[in-house]
Amino acid sequence: MEALTQLSSRTIVLPARDIDTDQIIPARFLTTTTREGLGAHLFEDWRYAPDGTPRPQFPLNRPEARGCTILVAGHNFGCGSSREHAPWALHDFGLRAVVSTQIADIFRNNALKNGLLPVIVAPDAHDWLLEHPGAQISIDVQTTTLTLPTGTAVRFALEPFARYCLLNGIDELGFLLTRQSEIAAYEARMAAA
Amino acid sequence: MGPPLTLFEKLWRAHEVVPETADTPAVLYIDLHLIHEVTSPQAFTVLRERGLRLRRPERTFATMDHSTPTRTAQIFGGAPIALDAAARQVRELERNCADMGVELLGLRDARRGIVHIIGPELGLTQPGKTVVCGDSHTSTHGALGALAFGIGTTEVGHVFATQCLLQRKPRTLAVNVRGALPKGVGAKDLILAIIGKIGVAGGTGHVIEYRGETIRALDMDGRMTVCNMAIEAGARAGMIAPDETTFNYLAGRPRAPQGEAWEAALERWRQLPSAADARFDREVDIDAAALEPMVTYGTNPGMVMPIGATIPERCDDQAFAKSLAYMGFTPGEPIREQPVNVVFIGSCTNGRLSDLRAAATVLRGRKIAAGVQMLVVPGSQQVKRDAEAEGLDRIFIEAGAEWRESGCSMCLGMNGDLVPSGHYAVSTSNRNFEGRQGVGARTLLASPLTAAASAVRGRVTDPRELL
Ligand code: SF4
Repeated sequence: MEALTQLSSRTIVLPARDIDTDQIIPARFLTTTTREGLGAHLFEDWRYAPDGTPRPQFPLNRPEARGCTILVAGHNFGCGSSREHAPWALHDFGLRAVVSTQIADIFRNNALKNGLLPVIVAPDAHDWLLEHPGAQISIDVQTTTLTLPTGTAVRFALEPFARYCLLNGIDELGFLLTRQSEIAAYEARMAAA
Repeated sequence: MGPPLTLFEKLWRAHEVVPETADTPAVLYIDLHLIHEVTSPQAFTVLRERGLRLRRPERTFATMDHSTPTRTAQIFGGAPIALDAAARQVRELERNCADMGVELLGLRDARRGIVHIIGPELGLTQPGKTVVCGDSHTSTHGALGALAFGIGTTEVGHVFATQCLLQRKPRTLAVNVRGALPKGVGAKDLILAIIGKIGVAGGTGHVIEYRGETIRALDMDGRMTVCNMAIEAGARAGMIAPDETTFNYLAGRPRAPQGEAWEAALERWRQLPSAADARFDREVDIDAAALEPMVTYGTNPGMVMPIGATIPERCDDQAFAKSLAYMGFTPGEPIREQPVNVVFIGSCTNGRLSDLRAAATVLRGRKIAAGVQMLVVPGSQQVKRDAEAEGLDRIFIEAGAEWRESGCSMCLGMNGDLVPSGHYAVSTSNRNFEGRQGVGARTLLASPLTAAASAVRGRVTDPRELL
């Protein structure tokens, strides 16, 4: 996994709350057996009309969305299906962080394993972000702060181990594999019980 | 003596390979890993890239359910799977399991079915086990007193390679249910009411334990329905303490312990229920006696109401208005008598034998309304055989419904079974998200009784009118 230390970008804003992973990537695109290329279908049914033409007003389709790496979304982002295709699609599109007041458990776990930072902020900062789409903000993983263009810096919670992995580009599997002797000891204990 | 523990805490402790610290999550041992064709391919790829094998292949068990067709000709008749990509996914699972030594219930296996139906049905799921699957409805297995939760594909790879996961300990939420469920009101109505009460994010970060006399009185099928939808309240897992109902259900199942091992298991399992004075981080109380049949009117399972109510109004709420616009509903109108185009009975929520029996009580001797398409899809091939042995298939077919092979079917739009755009579906599945059952599909979640009654009338119908 590539390290993620600092982000600075204008925001794309999707204010709806409870955006579920079926919206992020509809089930019909889950027949893939690889991780690549899912960005093309990110928010497919919101981004495109049934005949396949892009909806120009949808925030991801607007010219100013190009190059943005930070998505601001309504409360409880990523609920529903556990499909890791959702963070894969967001990452493949170019996004590196999602900011909300709440992010669903499985999605948050999946995002962290794919270089997509889940940022949970307090409602007042969130309200400000929702009201200012396109705002230039920065996110620092080292200090776990998000800085608004007003200069206001807000802290966000990030589980220490996840932070360590992001900063150093470490993947959890590597860490788990260093625990093999403890795992073997546990298995021996259980077999004897 | 430590503090009195909850069911969850007992399971958590028993599976800590390395306890969590401020800096690192716990290393948690996984007893049973279930996989299916959709969320496993990329995990197998990672194993190969790293030159790894499965640490404990005998603890992983595979089936195919999501992208598989439900038409008999496509499973047994040699007709090809309609969707190319789906066929490729099925072949890839076959190849991966063969290569890596994982037991697979293939397309034509008599034991195949939806992953969350067959785990308990085969006796693989047992009290006290940790169970994971790359699928959010893994919470279903908690009905047997297991700690069961959904994971992502990267974590599927972790379990393959190490039989462990890195996990932070969740908090606990007790949902206490009292009172007898009224006639015509079942486990599905109960869980929809619970989600309506705590909200779709109400369980985030928590493991729910469902408790109380109403839960004790549910059969295993009903308990699985209730645990299945824990994730729709945002919870990490749902659990119910094992009791005689659980033990009677498991006794004699092919993968359950037998003989002396069974007696020893019973002794262990009886120690699992939460101590009487165990503390939960949060508690919620529900009065089951006051419930009515429930039905959703919006685009998440928390947008739910009693069938006799009118669609609520929420001013200043754009998301709510957008959701109603998608559904084609206006605030203040009743949900009853809304015309219905499609009825789906099935899924890991309501695809078990007692669900089919419930639907059949309404359909027996009746016909579904003209213009309604009704699919009845058993949750597993075993459920299908059991239903046929009781003649339920005849009741469905004579009523005008289609009787299919097992699978996820219309629960999600990836196997060819779809609700046409703009059509209304009363569905016994678990998600009414936009487009979940097909692009533009409008889903109303309800119980098997309500779904069957709505099929007969061609309109959203309170099943108590037909019982
Ligand atoms: S029936 Fe639906 S919810 Fe259950 S496993 Fe299949 S797709 Fe998922």
